[in-house]
Amino acid sequence: MAAFSAVKISPPQFTPVRSTSQRPASTPVQSIHSSSAAFSSGSFASSKSVLSRPLFAVSAVVSSDKTKSRSAPASHPAVTREEALELYEDMVLGRSFEDMCAQMYYRGKMFGFVHLYNGQEAVSTGFIKLLNQADKVISTYRDHVHALSKGVPAREVMAELFGKSTGCCRGQGGSMHMFSAAHNLLGGFAFIGEGIPVATGAAFSAKYNHEVLKQSKPEGLDVTCAFFGDGTCNNGQFFECLNMAQLWKLPIIFVVENNLWAIGMSHLRATSDPEIWKKGPAFGMPGVHVDGMDVLKVREVANEAIARARRGEGPTLVECETYRFRGHSLADPDELRKAEEKAHFAARDPIPALKKYIIEQGLASESELKSIDKKVDDLVEEAVEFADASPHPPRSQLLENVFADPKGFGIGPDGKYRCEDPLFTQGTAQV
Amino acid sequence: MSSLQMAALLSAPSSPVVAGSLRFVASSSTGRNGNALVVRSEVKIPTGLCARGVNLITHAVAEKTAAANTTDSKPGHELLLFEALREGLDEEMERDPTVCVMGEDVGHYGGSYKVTKGLATKYGDLRVLDTPIAENSFTGMGIGAAMTGLRPVVEGMNMGFLLLAYNQISNNCGMLHYTSGGQFKIPIVIRGPGGVGRQLGAEHSQRLESYLQSIPGLQMVACSTPYNAKGLMKAAIRSENPVVLFEHVLLYNLKERIPDEEYVLSLEEAEMVRPGEHVTILTYSRMRYHVMQAAKTLVNKGYDPEVIDIRSLKPFDLYTIGNSIKKTHRVLIVEECMRTGGIGASLRSAIIDNFWDYLDAPIICLSSQDVPTPYAGTLEDWTVVQPAQIVAAVEQICK
Repeated sequence: MAAFSAVKISPPQFTPVRSTSQRPASTPVQSIHSSSAAFSSGSFASSKSVLSRPLFAVSAVVSSDKTKSRSAPASHPAVTREEALELYEDMVLGRSFEDMCAQMYYRGKMFGFVHLYNGQEAVSTGFIKLLNQADKVISTYRDHVHALSKGVPAREVMAELFGKSTGCCRGQGGSMHMFSAAHNLLGGFAFIGEGIPVATGAAFSAKYNHEVLKQSKPEGLDVTCAFFGDGTCNNGQFFECLNMAQLWKLPIIFVVENNLWAIGMSHLRATSDPEIWKKGPAFGMPGVHVDGMDVLKVREVANEAIARARRGEGPTLVECETYRFRGHSLADPDELRKAEEKAHFAARDPIPALKKYIIEQGLASESELKSIDKKVDDLVEEAVEFADASPHPPRSQLLENVFADPKGFGIGPDGKYRCEDPLFTQGTAQV
Repeated sequence: MSSLQMAALLSAPSSPVVAGSLRFVASSSTGRNGNALVVRSEVKIPTGLCARGVNLITHAVAEKTAAANTTDSKPGHELLLFEALREGLDEEMERDPTVCVMGEDVGHYGGSYKVTKGLATKYGDLRVLDTPIAENSFTGMGIGAAMTGLRPVVEGMNMGFLLLAYNQISNNCGMLHYTSGGQFKIPIVIRGPGGVGRQLGAEHSQRLESYLQSIPGLQMVACSTPYNAKGLMKAAIRSENPVVLFEHVLLYNLKERIPDEEYVLSLEEAEMVRPGEHVTILTYSRMRYHVMQAAKTLVNKGYDPEVIDIRSLKPFDLYTIGNSIKKTHRVLIVEECMRTGGIGASLRSAIIDNFWDYLDAPIICLSSQDVPTPYAGTLEDWTVVQPAQIVAAVEQICK
C-alpha cells in the first residue's frame, strides 16, 4: 500500500462468503445453482435464484442462516447412500493423501514445488465423480487430488512424487505433471493457463470423433473438464479458449477453483471485475457461480454442465468459490491471509459438512464413516510403503521418451540412427 | 504479376538460379483466356542473363491450355512449391481421416500462401479449421487434439507469429511426451513461411529455427524445392514426433517436375545437391539458391564445391555431412539465421565435436547480420548472405 501514496487504496476486505442462494438485487444474475432453466436459456436470470428443487445446504453456516433457507429439507436426500459414501471416501482420500504429502516433504522424500489441495476437495470430487473413464480431466500444478479422483492409484501418484520409476509418469513428471493415459488425465501443468488450450484440444477431438470420424457414443460426446484457479482467469489463454470453445460448441467445462489467492496476490487486488462467472456470458456461454465448499452443490452444477456438454450444447464456465487451507505450496509461509478468513473457511470444511449431512439424513452411521477413514489411511500408508520400496529410475531411462519415435535423435556419423547406439540404451550416449 | 515474373523475382537480384542439378525450370504461365505460354522445361538459363529479362520468352510456344502434363512426354508432373505442399497435405488427409489442419485463414481463404486452397471445400470446415487470431491457444489446442488421437497440422500464417505460441511449443509440444513418461504422443506438424522476404519488415522476416532449436523433443526440417517440400510434408505428418516444417516466403513459386508416384522423404536425412571435391558447403532453405548461384561462379574460377542442403535442422544428418567433410576437409556453412545462436552456430559446434581431425581449415559460417531486418531494399540485401560473399569465403577457405 505504501507505493500508492497519491491514491488511497484500502486493503482488500475479506468479504463474507457469498451465499449459495441470494445475490444482491442490483447485480443481474447468471448464478444459478441447481436450476436447469438457467443453463438452457443462457441468459441473465433475475436476481432471485429460481430453483426447481430445494437446495440442501450441507455447510453449517448456510443451513443455520434462516433467511437464506428456501424450504425445509425434503424427506429425500439429494444423493443415494452409495453415492454419498463414494463422495465421502473420495474427499477423505484427497485430504489424507495431501496431509501425507506434507509429512513426506518435510521428511525429505519429495522435493521441489508441491502444491496441496486441502480444503478444495469438494470441487474435485463434485465434478470428477460424475465423469466416465473416457472423459478427460486437465489440471494445473495442484493436481494430486484430481489424479486421485479420476482413478489414478494412490501408490502411483505417491511414487511419482518420490521420483520413482513406478510413478505414473515414471518419475519424469513430478508433482506438477501428473498424467495418466489409462485414466484420461491429460496433466498436470506448471505454467498457469497452458493447460486450458490442451483441454480445448481434447474437447475438439471429442467433437471431431463425432462429426468427422462418425464414432459416436449413445451417451453423447466425451466431456473435458479443465480445472484452474482465479489467477489464471486474468490470463490470455483463458479468454482465447472461452472464445473458441463457445464458437465451436466444444464439450468442455471450464471449472474455476477460485480460492481467492494466487500465491500472495489476492484475487480482489488482481482483477478488475472479480466475479469470474460473469465472463462466461460475455462469450456467449452460461456462467455459473457455486459454493465450492459444498460437494452436493458442486455436484448438482456439474451434473447440469456435463449433460449440456454431452448433448453438444457447448461449454459452461463454473466458478467454484473455495479455499485452500494450506499455503500456495509447501514453500509458502502463508503470512498474508488473515486468521479470520482462514477460520471462516475452516468452519466450512467440506468433509465434516458431508459427514454431518450423511448422518443427519440417515444414509450411513458414524462407525461406517470411521471405517472408511481407516480404509483410506491404510491405503495412503500402503502408497507410501510402495513408493519407498520402489526403485529410482536407472540411467538408461534418461533418454527414453524424449521422442515417441527415437529416430528423432538423428543419424550419427557412422550412418546408423543414434537410437541404435548401444550407449543410447544405457543413457550415456551423446545426443 | 505473372508467375513468370514472380519466379524471376524469386532468384537473387543479380543473376539467375542455376538450372543444373536442381532441375529448376523457368515457369510457365497459363493465360486467363486459355492460351498457355509454355517455356520448354529444364532449359538451362544462360549465365549472365538476368532472369527478369525478356530473353526467357524466346522459346515460348503459344498453345491452348491443355492438361499440363501432356505438353511433353517426361514422367511426373510440374507444379509450384506451394502446390507441392498442398498435394502432400491432400494426399495425407485422404489417406488418414485423423489428419486435420488448423490455422488462420486456412479454410475459406485457402491459406495466405494458398497452401490449403480448396481443402476446406473438399474436407469440410472442421477438418480445415479457420481459427481466431490466438496462436498460443490454437497451437495448444492442436497439441491437446494430438494427445487425444488426431494428427493436426497447425499453420502459422507467418513463422514469426508462432512466437506467440512459444509457451505451447516449448512446454507442451516438446516436453509432454517426456513429462508424461511416454504416455501421450504429440504427432503434430507446425508449419509456416519464415525467412527474409522482399521488404516485409523486421517482424515478418524472422528465422524461428534458431529460437526453437533448443527445445528438446522437437524435430525441425526445412524444405527448399517442390520435391522435398512434398516429401517432407508427408513425412512430418506421418511422424509420431512433433515436427516443425520451415517453409520460406520467397520459395513458394518455385517450379519443378516431381514424380507421379507417391514418395515420402526421410526427416533426418540431408540432401546432396551438387557433389564436389574441394569444399563442403552446408546450407538450407533459400540460401541453397544463393549457394548454387555462387557455385556457378566458383566452377568458372576452377573450384569444385560440394553443396549439401541439410534439410534436417534438428537433428543434423552427421553421416552425410561427415562423409563430405572426410572427403573435402573444408567446411563453409551458409545460413539465413542471425550470427548469434543460429543453426549455423550449432552445426559448427557439432562438426568440431565429431570431425575435428578431418578439418584442414577453420570452419567459416556465413549468417545474416545481427540486425532487425530493415525495410529498405538495399539494407535488407546487406543483412542476408549474398553469392559474392559465398564466393569470397570459399576462396579464403581453399587458400
